[in-house]
Amino acid sequence: MKTSMTRRAFLKGSLAAAGLTIGVSVTPFGHRLLDASEIDSFSPNVWFKITPDNKIAIFVGNSEMGQGILTALSMIVAEELEADWSRVQVKQAPAADLFKNPIIGVQVTVASASVRGFYEPLRKAGAAGRAMLIKAAAETWKVPEDECKAFMSTVKHAKSGRTLTYGQLCLKAAKLEVPKDPPLKKEGEFRYMGKPMPRVDAPDKVSGKAVYGLDVTLKDLHYAVIARPPAYGAKPLSFDQKAAEQVSGVLKVVQIPEGIAVCAKSVDAALKGRDALKVNWDKGVLPDMNNDYIEKSMLEDLNKPLLSVVNTGDAKKAIGEAAKKVEANYFVPFVAHTTMEPMNCTAYVTDDRCDVWAPTQAQFGAQMLASKASGLPKEKVHVNTPFMGCGLGRRAKPDFVVEAVTISKAVGKPVKVFWTREEDIKYDYFRAAGSHRIEAGLDSQGRLIGWSHKLVSPSIAKWVNPMQLKDGIDWFCMWGIADRPESYGWNNRIQYEIPNLSIEFLLSPLPIPCGPWRSVQNGPNAFVIESFIDELAHAAGKDPLEFRLQNLKNNMRARRVLEVVAEKASWGKAIPKAEGRGIAQHACFGSYVAQVAEISVNKKDGTIKVHRVVAAVDCGPVVNPDILIAQIEGGVINSLSTALKEEVKFANGGVKSANFDDYNVMRMSEVPEIEVHIVKSSEKIGGIGEVGVPPAAPAVANAFFNATGVRIRRIPLTSKTVMDALKKV
Amino acid sequence: MVALHVNGKVFQVDVSRDTPLLWVLRDHLNLKGTKYSCGIGECGSCTVHVDGKAVRSCTISVGEVQRKKITTIEGLPENHPVKKAWIKEQVVQCGYCQPGVIMQVAALLSQRPALDADQIITKMDDVICRCGTYPRIKRGIKTAIQMTKKEVKKS
Repeated sequence: MKTSMTRRAFLKGSLAAAGLTIGVSVTPFGHRLLDASEIDSFSPNVWFKITPDNKIAIFVGNSEMGQGILTALSMIVAEELEADWSRVQVKQAPAADLFKNPIIGVQVTVASASVRGFYEPLRKAGAAGRAMLIKAAAETWKVPEDECKAFMSTVKHAKSGRTLTYGQLCLKAAKLEVPKDPPLKKEGEFRYMGKPMPRVDAPDKVSGKAVYGLDVTLKDLHYAVIARPPAYGAKPLSFDQKAAEQVSGVLKVVQIPEGIAVCAKSVDAALKGRDALKVNWDKGVLPDMNNDYIEKSMLEDLNKPLLSVVNTGDAKKAIGEAAKKVEANYFVPFVAHTTMEPMNCTAYVTDDRCDVWAPTQAQFGAQMLASKASGLPKEKVHVNTPFMGCGLGRRAKPDFVVEAVTISKAVGKPVKVFWTREEDIKYDYFRAAGSHRIEAGLDSQGRLIGWSHKLVSPSIAKWVNPMQLKDGIDWFCMWGIADRPESYGWNNRIQYEIPNLSIEFLLSPLPIPCGPWRSVQNGPNAFVIESFIDELAHAAGKDPLEFRLQNLKNNMRARRVLEVVAEKASWGKAIPKAEGRGIAQHACFGSYVAQVAEISVNKKDGTIKVHRVVAAVDCGPVVNPDILIAQIEGGVINSLSTALKEEVKFANGGVKSANFDDYNVMRMSEVPEIEVHIVKSSEKIGGIGEVGVPPAAPAVANAFFNATGVRIRRIPLTSKTVMDALKKV
Repeated sequence: MVALHVNGKVFQVDVSRDTPLLWVLRDHLNLKGTKYSCGIGECGSCTVHVDGKAVRSCTISVGEVQRKKITTIEGLPENHPVKKAWIKEQVVQCGYCQPGVIMQVAALLSQRPALDADQIITKMDDVICRCGTYPRIKRGIKTAIQMTKKEVKKS
C-alpha cells in the first residue's frame, strides 16, 4: 500500500514515542475523534500527544504570522485536556491533508477562520483525552470514574488521596476507546480560556532566536534574486548574461517565466549580479497606465451596464418615490501589504523529493504548486512553515514557492529566492481598488427604504481563487456588501435593514494583480458604506448613532456594539481634546465591531491627528482576551494607515511605488490611544484577526465631516486631499 | 579580509569593504536575529549597536565599522530590561521588526543624560511595525524605564 510520504514521515517523527494521541477527522458531515491507530489509516486534521515523560505536544497546522494562533489553539486543547500549561510544547505542523481547516476545506490560514474552525473540534479532542485519562486512572485504582478528577496533568482520587500523572496514565489511556461525545467543561471551570495567557512564541521572538522564512539556512544554499518586468506583461528583449556571471560570487543565471534569476553565494553578490544584467524590457500590455488612468477608467466603467448581484424589492422605484434622495461616488485606491519580512522561499528539489521552507499562509496551495513546478507527486513535496514576518493576506498567494522550486530544479541546488523590498511592493497582489456609485432613498421618518449600489473593481479571485469568480461576479469584491448564496455561511453583507436593495458589479479589465488584504474587501467596502450611511444620517437630520440604530432595528449584535462603543466613547457629550468624532460599525467573519474615532484637523496644512479610537467587539466566546485586544489594535492601525496614508502609485504601465520612503505607512507618533471593549456574548464564536480593520477608516472620515462639515469620498485623507477639499467649500 | 568585533568576539570575514554589515552578520556570521526589510534605512528592522549607538546595518558597510564594537540582538543580555519589558507587556505579534525595535530602544535607554519615556517615544518614528504593535511598544518603553530604575536602586 502506498501511503503519503509526508504523513508517514510526520507520523514517524511525531509518534515515535508511544503515548496517548487524539486526532480529529473533519468530514463534510462534521468531525470525529480518532485514536493513534486510526490516525495512520484515516486523515485527522489536528491532534495532540501525551508521552510517558509527562509532556504534551500540540500540533498546529495554521501559520503563525503574528495573530497568536499557536497560543490560541493550544489553549483550547490544554483547557479541555486539563493540562498543565508548563508541560505543553506547541509545534508547527507541516503541510498535510491532516490539518485542513473545517470551515475552508483546505490547510490555509485566511478569513480569520482558525479559532472559528477549530474551537469545537479541539475542545472535544481535549475533553476526550481528559475522559480517557480519568478512565485509565479509575481502572488502575479499581474505583468508579466519577470519584476521579483531572487536575493540571494529573488524575486525583480524593477519597484515597492517590494521584497519577498524565505521563503515568498515557499508555494505558491509549488502549481505551475514544469517546464520541465527551463532556465539555463549563465556562466557570475554565483555567486558561478567557484569560490573557502569555504568547508561546514571545520568548524566541524577543531573544532573536525565532526562525523566519528568510532565516532558513541549508548547506550549499544558493541565493537567487530575480530581475522582473518594470511594466505589467513586459517581456525581456535582451540582457547581459555574461556580465552577470562575471560578478564575484555569482554562480548561475536562469531565465524563468517570472524574469531572469541570478543565483549567487550571497544575497549581496546576487544583487550585484542582477544589476549587471542590464535587462532591456518591452513596454508591457498597458504602457499608458498611471493613477489618473486607473481612477478615470474605473469611474467611467460605472456608466456601463453592470451585472446584478442582489435585487430585492424595487430599489429604483423606492428611491424615485423617496422623501429624500442622496447620491454619491466613492473611490478607494490600491494599497500594498508591505509585510515587514519581504516575500521569500527556500526550496531543494532532487530527483525524488522536494523540500520547501515557505513563509506561507497557504500550505495546501504551496504543496500543489510545488508539486507542479517540481514535477514530483504531492506526496514527495514537504512543505515546512517557519515563522512569518506578518502575513496580512499577501502570503495566501504562494507565487514565491513556485519561483524557488523552479530555480532549484534548474540549478540542482538548494535555493533561497529573495525579494527586495522594492520587489515586494512592485510585485504585490494589492488590495483591490473600487469605484462605487450609491443612490439611496429615505422616507419622511428618515428610514432607509431603497439602496442602489454599483461597484467596479478588478478581480481578486482570478489571482488567488478562481472558484470565487462566477458569471462575471468576483465574490471577494462583494465582501461586506453582499453574501454569495453558496458562501461559507457567515453574515458578510450590508447590515442595515433595506427593503428595496439593488447591488450591481462589473469587473475592471485593469491588469493589476490583486489579493486578500487583512479583512479582504470588508475594509474598503465598509469605508464606502459607513461613510455613505453618515451622509444619509446628515440628510435625515439625525445623529449618526441614532440613524444607525433606527435602521438596525432587529440586528441585536450590531446594535449592541454600537451602544457599547457610544457609551464608552461618551458619544453625544463634549470631546475633550478633539475637534470631530465619527462612528462606524461592520460585521464580518462572524464578529461585530463598532468604533468611534476622535480627530483634529490642522486647517493650515491639512494634516489630521487621530487622538483616540474606541472599539467594541462581539466575537462570541473569547479564547485569549490579550491577543484579541492586540489584534484589534493592529487592525485599527492598519486601517488608519489606509485612511490617512497608503496609496500605490503607478506609472508607465507598472508600479512606481518602491519602498518605505515613497509608500507611506503609519508610524509611532501618528498612532492614537486605542481602547478595546469586549462585549460579553454567548453567540457562535467569530474571527478576530481581521475584524478590527473595517470600521476605523470610515470612523475617521466621519469624524472629519463632523469636524469640518466637508465630506471626502476618497481615501487616503492626505494633507493634499484635505486642503483641496477644504478649498472647494 | 575585514575584522569585525561582534558581541564580544572578533571575526575575520572574507568580503569586500563595501558589503553592507547586515549581509555579513546574517550570511557570514549566521546572526539571523538582525532582519532585512527595506535596505535603505527607512524601517529599522536591521538595527544594531555600533559603539553603543543604534545604527541601520543595511546602509552601513563593514569597512566603516571595522574595529568598532558591534552588538546584535543576540548579544543583548537576556535579562536586559528592554527584553524583559517586551515579555511583560506582550509586545510582539509577528515579531519580525522587534529585534530592531528592541535594539533602538536599548540604545536610547542607555543615552546620558537619561531620556524619559516620551523623549524616547518621539525618537521611534524611524522604525516601522506593520502588525501595529506601536501601543505596546510605548508600554514596553515605559516598563523598561521602570525596570532600569529598579535595577539602579538595587545596585
